[in-house]
Amino acid sequence: MTLTKDEVTTESASATEVFIAPGQVGSIVEVKPRYENFIGGAWVPPTRGRYMANVSPVNGRPFCEVAESTPEDIELALDAAHRAKDAWGETSLTERAAVLNRIADTIEANLEMLAVTETWENGKPVRETLAADIPLAVDHFRYFAGATRSLEGRSTEIDKDTVAYHFHEPLGVVGQIIPFNFPLLMAAWKIAPALAAGNCTVVKPASPTPWSILKLAEVIGDLVPPGVLNIVTGPGGEIGKALASSPRIAKIGFTGETTTGRLIMQYAAQNIIPSTVELGGKSPNVFFPDVMDEDDEFLDKAIEGLVLYAFNKGEVCTCPSRALIHESIYDRFMERCLGRIRRIRQGNPLDPATMIGPQVSTQQIEKIVSYVDIGRQEGAECLIGGRRAHLGGDLEAGYYFEPTVLKGHNDMRVFQEEIFGPVLAVTTFTDEADALAIANDTLYGLGAGVWTRNGNLAYRMGRAIKAGRVWTNCYHLYPAGAAFGGYKISGVGRENHQMMLEHYSQTKNLLVSYSTKPLGFF
Amino acid sequence: MSEPLTEPVTVPRVVASPAALEAISRLVAQRGPVMFFQSGGCCDGSLPMCFDDGEFIVGDHDVLLGTVGGWPFYMDGRQFEVWRHTQLMLDVGEGAPEGFSLPAGANRHFVVTSRVFGPDELAALDEDPRGRRRGTSERSR
Repeated sequence: MTLTKDEVTTESASATEVFIAPGQVGSIVEVKPRYENFIGGAWVPPTRGRYMANVSPVNGRPFCEVAESTPEDIELALDAAHRAKDAWGETSLTERAAVLNRIADTIEANLEMLAVTETWENGKPVRETLAADIPLAVDHFRYFAGATRSLEGRSTEIDKDTVAYHFHEPLGVVGQIIPFNFPLLMAAWKIAPALAAGNCTVVKPASPTPWSILKLAEVIGDLVPPGVLNIVTGPGGEIGKALASSPRIAKIGFTGETTTGRLIMQYAAQNIIPSTVELGGKSPNVFFPDVMDEDDEFLDKAIEGLVLYAFNKGEVCTCPSRALIHESIYDRFMERCLGRIRRIRQGNPLDPATMIGPQVSTQQIEKIVSYVDIGRQEGAECLIGGRRAHLGGDLEAGYYFEPTVLKGHNDMRVFQEEIFGPVLAVTTFTDEADALAIANDTLYGLGAGVWTRNGNLAYRMGRAIKAGRVWTNCYHLYPAGAAFGGYKISGVGRENHQMMLEHYSQTKNLLVSYSTKPLGFF
Repeated sequence: MSEPLTEPVTVPRVVASPAALEAISRLVAQRGPVMFFQSGGCCDGSLPMCFDDGEFIVGDHDVLLGTVGGWPFYMDGRQFEVWRHTQLMLDVGEGAPEGFSLPAGANRHFVVTSRVFGPDELAALDEDPRGRRRGTSERSR
C-alpha cells in the first residue's frame, strides 16, 4: 500500500490544494444530516428509529448521523439477502464479472470523492487514500472479476466409466464485519470475493467508521441486484453479535481483535459454519547489517521501510511495529531513520502534503497514551515523540499522536502487544539466529519484513519467520493476488487471493457412473 | 460462574476504579451477571471486553486474573505470560465500545490502564520483574 515514487510525483502534481472538508461549501463530498441502512437496494430507516452521531477524528466533531441499528435490522437485511441469493447464485460468471467490473469502474470514477470521504471519517492522509486505499479497492474488484472467470472446477476419472465432477457452488448468504482502519479497502477485500463466488452479503462496518461505506453504496448500490449487498450500521455488541450468531448466514468473515475473533468462532461453531478471522499482529521488521553497505537507493528504501510504521498512523494489522536492527549498524541506521521520522508532516489529513493524520477515535488515542506509559514504566527509552500532538486551531480537538520510537527489549509489553498507533518498538540483535528468535517470540504471526542485500539470507529468514506474509526488501504492499492472513493467534484463513473464491464456495461433487453394470452386492 | 466470586487475594492482579465499579453495578442491575475478558490484537484489541456472564466460553488455558466488583476477569493464558508483571486497573473511558463489548454506560466503554508491580509485589506474586517466566511460555511460541 505504499506510494511508489511515480505515484507520489503524479499525486503531488495533480493535487496540491487542501481538500475542502466534506459537507462544506465547495467540497466534492456531499454530507446528508442522516444516513439509513442500505438493505435490498433501498435506504431503510432503522426499525427502532434510533441514530447515532458520527464523529470526524480530524476535528473531533460530529458531522452526520447514522442508523443505530438493532437485531431487527439485521433480520431485515438477511431477509433481503435470502430473497436475492438464488437469482444471484445462478447469474452467469460473465454477468457477475461484469457487475464487479462496473463496481470497479464506478469507484474509479469517484476516486477523489471516496478518498476524501475516507480521509474525513478515518483520519488517514488523503495522499494515502488517493494513491492506495481507493485504487487498491478498484483493483480488488477487477482482480476477483477476472479470478472468478478463470476458476475452474475439476473432474477426475476415477475409472474408465466413473467420473467425479467438482463444481463450485455459492454458500448463499454470508456475514462480513469490517474493521475501522481501512473501511473501504477491507470492505472491498471481503465483498469482492463473496459476490464473485455468487453469494449475497450482509456487511457491518466498524462502529467508528460507518459512513464511508454508505457513501460507497450511494455510487455502487444500483449496480448490483437488490439484496445482493446490504449494509447495516450500529454497535458491535448488538448487531455484530446478531449477525455473527445468526443461523441464517453460511459463513462469517471478521477482521478485528482476538476476543471478538474467539466469539465469532464460537458463534460459528454453534451454527456449524466456517469463519475467516484476521486478528492483528506485532510484526517484526528485521534489518541486517548489509543494508548499510552502500549509501544508495536501497538504503533509502530500507530507511523508509522502517518509517512505514507510521503508515495510516500505525492503525494497520501488519504495522511493522517491532524494528530489529543488527547491533553493528544500530546507531548509524537509527540516526538516519530518526532524521526521516522528524520530517514526517503531521496535520490536516485533507492536505495532500500531510503524512500522518489523527487516530480514528478517542479510545484509540487513550490506548496509545497508556501504552507509552507502560513502556516508560518498563524502562523503555523514548527516542522521539511519546506525546499527544496538539495542533491548535480547528485541529486542536482531533486525535493526533506524535510519531514515536521506544527502545527496549522484546519482553516489554510494548513489544508484545499491538498498540495500533504510530509507536515503534526498536531493539537490536546479534546474529541471524538471534534475529529469528526475537522475530518469532510473539503470540502473533501476521506480517514481517526482512531487509538485506543477501538473497540467500532473505530467503532463509522469510521461510523461518512464522508469519503469513514476509515482505522481503519491501513493506506495506497489498496487491490483489498475494495471499494475506495469519499464523498463530493472528487468525485463520486468507484474503486477497483467488483461493478466497474457494473459501466463499461449497464444493459439489457429482460422482457419475457411465457403466450399466450393477455392483452385484444385492 | 453465575455467582460473584469471593477469592481473597493479597496482591490483586486486577483492580477497578470507582467509576468502573459503578458502571458494573449498573450493568448488573440492568442485565444480570457479567464477565470480563482482556482482549489483544488488532483494532480495539488491548481493551477489556465485558459480556453477559457465560456469553464468552472461557477455555482451559485462559487465566482468571481476579474479580472486579465480584465478577470474574479473565485473560488468554498465552497473553498472560507477557502481562504478568503488570497490574491492570479497570476504568471507564469516553465513547461507545468499538467491538462486541457491553458499554460502561451511555457513550462509555471499559478500559484498562497498567502499572508495573513494585519489587515487594513481584516477590509476593513470585514474578520476575522482566515479565514472563522463561520456559513457561514456549509451548505457545
